[in-house]
This record gives sequence, C-alpha cells and structure tokens, in this order.
Amino acid sequence: MSTPDEGSVLTATGLGKKYGRRWALSDCTLEIPAGRVVGLVGPNGAGKSTFLHLAVGMLSPSAGEIRVLGGRPTGADARRSQVGFVGQDTPTYAGLSVADHLRLGAGLNPRWDADLAQERIAGLRLDPKQHAGRLSGGQRAQLALTLGIAKRPDLLILDEPVASLDPLARREFLQDLMEAVAEHEMTVVLSSHLVSDVERACDYLVVLVDSRVQVAGDIDDLLATHHRLTGPRRDASTLPTGQHVITASHTERQSTFVVRTDQPVIDPAWEVSGLSLEDLVIAYMSSTAGDAPRPTLEALR
Amino acid sequence: MTWLTWRQLRASAALALVLLAAVVVVLLVTGPRLSEMLRTTGDAFFDALDNDDALEAVLVLGTRLVWLVPVLVGVFWGAPMVARELEARTHRLVWTQSITPTRWLANKLAVTSVAAAVVGLVGLALTWWCRPLDKAVAQGLDGRGMGSIPRLWPEVFAQRGIVPIGMAVLALTIGVAAGLFVRRTVPAMALTLAVVILVQLILPILVQPRLLGTDRTVVTYTVDAITEFQIDGPPRIEDDPDADVHVVEFAVRIDKPGAWVVHRDMIDSEGDVVTRIPDWVSDCAPHPGSDPQVVAACFQRLEDDGYRQRVDYLPASRFWALQAAETGFLLVLSALVAGLCFWRIRRDLT
Repeated sequence: MSTPDEGSVLTATGLGKKYGRRWALSDCTLEIPAGRVVGLVGPNGAGKSTFLHLAVGMLSPSAGEIRVLGGRPTGADARRSQVGFVGQDTPTYAGLSVADHLRLGAGLNPRWDADLAQERIAGLRLDPKQHAGRLSGGQRAQLALTLGIAKRPDLLILDEPVASLDPLARREFLQDLMEAVAEHEMTVVLSSHLVSDVERACDYLVVLVDSRVQVAGDIDDLLATHHRLTGPRRDASTLPTGQHVITASHTERQSTFVVRTDQPVIDPAWEVSGLSLEDLVIAYMSSTAGDAPRPTLEALR
Repeated sequence: MTWLTWRQLRASAALALVLLAAVVVVLLVTGPRLSEMLRTTGDAFFDALDNDDALEAVLVLGTRLVWLVPVLVGVFWGAPMVARELEARTHRLVWTQSITPTRWLANKLAVTSVAAAVVGLVGLALTWWCRPLDKAVAQGLDGRGMGSIPRLWPEVFAQRGIVPIGMAVLALTIGVAAGLFVRRTVPAMALTLAVVILVQLILPILVQPRLLGTDRTVVTYTVDAITEFQIDGPPRIEDDPDADVHVVEFAVRIDKPGAWVVHRDMIDSEGDVVTRIPDWVSDCAPHPGSDPQVVAACFQRLEDDGYRQRVDYLPASRFWALQAAETGFLLVLSALVAGLCFWRIRRDLT
C-alpha cells in the first residue's frame, strides 16, 4: 500500500480512461495539495469531467492509478464519507422537497452535520417544503452544495457547478462556496471552463489540456513568475536558460514571448508586463498545439 | 437508505394499495354470492354463472388484472428505478453520498420487491373468490365459460395462488435490468413491457409441466368420453362416403376432474405409440346421420385390437405444490436477473 505524498489529497499517476476505443483521458499525472481551493480549467473535452468522475469513483480507470485521501476511489478502501461531490448541472431530485434532501443526506452520510445543513438552508432562505424541481437553477445548485458541505468531507469536488447559472447566481454560488471553505477545513477541486470562475474562488490552478497538466501551482506564484516580454525580433533559443518560453509570436520586427522564470528579467531590450490569469491560461492552452511556433498565432494577434 | 427508497416509491405504492384494496373489496362483496350460487344451483352451477354477467365480469376482469399486475410492476417500478436516475443524473448525487451503488441498488431492489410481492397477493384474493368454482370442477361439473377452467390449467394457473407474487418480483428485476442496460426510461419501459408479456405468455406453459413431473394413466376409448375428434378430409363426410379421410386427433376424457392433460398418445396392444391413427377410426366419429351401430363396432374394434389412450397429466391435487415450485422457480430466476443488475451497476455508469 503506497501512501500519498505528504500534503496531497489526490494523486493521479499515468491515469487513463477509455470509452470503447476513444481515450477520454490518457496518461494524466496530477497532484492536488491539501487545504487548497483548486481550480481545474481546460477546454471542453480536455478530460476534466472524466478526471473528476474517476476521483469520486463514478468511473474506474482503464490505465494508471488514482488515489484519493490514501485510498482508491472505488471498492472497499474508498473514502466515500470523506469525499463530497457536486455534479455538473447540480442534479437534485425534482420530486423531493428541500427537507427531504437534507434527510437523504443525513441518512446516507455518517459524518452528516445536520445543524450546518439547517443553517445553510435558513441562510439561503430556501423553504424546506419546496420541491427541488421548483427551485431556480441557482437555488438548486445551493442545495446540492449544501449536501456536499454538510457531509463534512475532507475533499469537496465540484464538476462545473456553475456552468448553467446566470452571472449573478454564479457569483453568489462561488461566494457562498468560498465562505463555506473558509469556515470548514477542506480541500476543494472545482472544474470550470471559465477562468473568471476560478479567479474568483480558487487559490491554486491546474490547467488540463488533452489529458495533460500544462501547469499547476499557486495562483499568486504563477502570476508572479510569468511575464510577457515584448522587444525587437529574436529567436526563442536566444533567451537565457532560466526563462522557459510558453508562447512565442513574431511580427517582422517584433517578438512577444510569454515566459516563466523565477529570476527577474533584466535585459533592457524587453518591455516586461504582467499577465492576467486569463492570459496565462490561454498561453498554456495555445502552447499545447506543438512546440514549433504556429504561424496562425501571428494572424490571430 | 430505506427511507429514501420508500420516499421515492410511496406515491405509486399508495396508488397501488388503493387499487388493490378496491379489488379486494369487490371480491369480498361478490364472493359470498358465488358460494350461494353453487349451493342453490347444484349441477347447473356453470350455466347459472354464464348467465350472471356481474359475477362473470368479476372473474374475467379479476383474472386479467392479476395478469396485468406483474406488467405494471415491471414497467412502472422496475424500468424507471435506475433509468430515471441516470436520465436526471441524480445517480451522481446519491452515489456520491457515503453509499456504494451496489448497496443503493440492493436496498432499492429489496424494498421494491416487498412492495411487488404485496401487490402480487391479489392472486391469493382471487383464489379465495374462486373457491366455489374449484369445488364445482372437483365435483366433475363441466361448463363452457371461463369459470369452468380448472385452476391447474395454464390458462389461469399463473393468475391464482402465489405465482403472481413470483411473477411480480421477476417482472420488477427485468424492469431494473432493462433500465440499467438501456439507460433511458421510456425505451426501458417499452422493453420491459414486451419482455414481461412474453415471459407471462411463454414461461408458465414451458415450466409448469416440467417442475414436478407428470402422472401417467392409460384409458380405453369409449364413445361417451370423446372430447376431441378431428378428421382431415372433405368438409362433410356424409356427402362423400368414399372420400379419403384421415384421423388427425382423437381423444377421450380421463376421469380426473380438474387435471391438466399435458400430453396424450394413442398406444397399441404392444404399448407402442401409434404415430398414424388407422383410417378406419374415422368410423368412430359420431356425427349427424352416422349409424350408431357402425360407431359402436368401431369402438369395439379399438378395444379388440388393444388400442388405448395414454395420458400424461397433472392431477388437481398437486395445485399448491406446483404453485410453490413455480413461485420458487420464478424467485430463483429473479435472483439471477438481479445478479445481472449488480454486475452492471459495478461497471461504469456516468
């Protein structure tokens, strides 16, 4: 029995999932540190949902291994009571009332926190007798989140929880999630294809493109170590070794690089600017198209 | 978990119970009238029943309802059990609480099977109602209506006693399996409908004679006992006495009231099965204009040549033993289908 690395709640090693002959996720190696709010971003089809379903044991791996809180997500050593999940579109039972959902949670979870659930429902001003089918999308999401949180998990996984919500409901949901995380100690993994969601709620970023982790790290650290360099045209290979090029684009006279470096950029030829989180994510998404510079990038700029 | 299962089932269970109660009330109210009829009419009982539209309707509709119970259980409780969760994606909610899909399914199947068994009890209620009919059949009374069909016959056997319980549970598991494999509610319901109807039509006839084996008896042919006489030839023999006729089917009754004749052969004096009934046996057919002496001579010749009828049958006395055996068989089959469901739910279902 291998134990997880110190301080990580989830480790995936060479993880793959095949549907028929198509790999939805392949050779994914990833570690989620404990105590963080992790944003998992990537384009549609990157394997985010597949990865999260593997993490909660809804799927079993076709290749590689995944360990969650030290156990496999499926089977006897699964830590089911310690992992909470809020699925895509936050499903609830349309015919069951809000109170029924809480009773369901209480009946199915050994660590259920009934007071917490009641408080949340009261705080959200949901009528306990209301059927879930008559709740708004935002309210339904809040109810699903309540189930996930009152379970008192060590790890809460949310698969695109806000994808179908309007901007206001989105903001409220994420706000609420952050408050709950601050109050109760747990690690959160939240997937989204929108960087703005992640920026609002998360302090750790994982960018997943084509099953592969393009970058993972503390969001503040990532923003501090990534720079956009603009200056006279030159080849990427001429940059100092400490500067790792993420994207490069060239016009006739000018070159623009997005680089990652721990060192300050001292070359006076460069105009150095910071990146927004969105810029950073897009840089990593576009860099996967191949290591060779892409002519289409120039046209796009 | 049992609370959740019950919470999801209770509305339809209540409806089923109300309908069931209504049926039981109708049976309780009309039952005594049927007993009374047997007492007062005696040998004319089945004719009297034929002329009583209300009692006849209770019998016919009651039997059809008991036939329908497993179909409804399979289609409305079985098929949607998992398929509806998959469609609404609520399986992602419930299977990520602290319960495994296997335990979730085990609870759902167990609780709903009990509910299915309870509605299957309607078969026992109908059996109680039918006691005067069974008594009349046991006395050797004969009739043309549905009431005179012995309860051991496959036409009604699966709608009496405890077999409807086994059938309802089997239909439930068939529905659940359909839902798990088809994964969409309406197609799963349609598939369940088809399969359960097919099972109800075919299974009892196949299984019933094989479960406990049959008894065998040999009887001589007599003119009074003829139940069937089928001749292959011109439409009217008397118009064309020289026509080539061939006896296809020739059967006499056995003196076993309420028994189900499963198989019947003509045997010769050696005890061997006669594959082609001799053509002269066509003389034995009593028909308008036939000469009684010719008929009598024909039967005499059958006896002299040692032709007899050999019958494999299920005696009426074996009704409850067969009920128990067939119910047990259906429950074992249910367990196998449930095993298939557990196998499937352990596989990926997103």
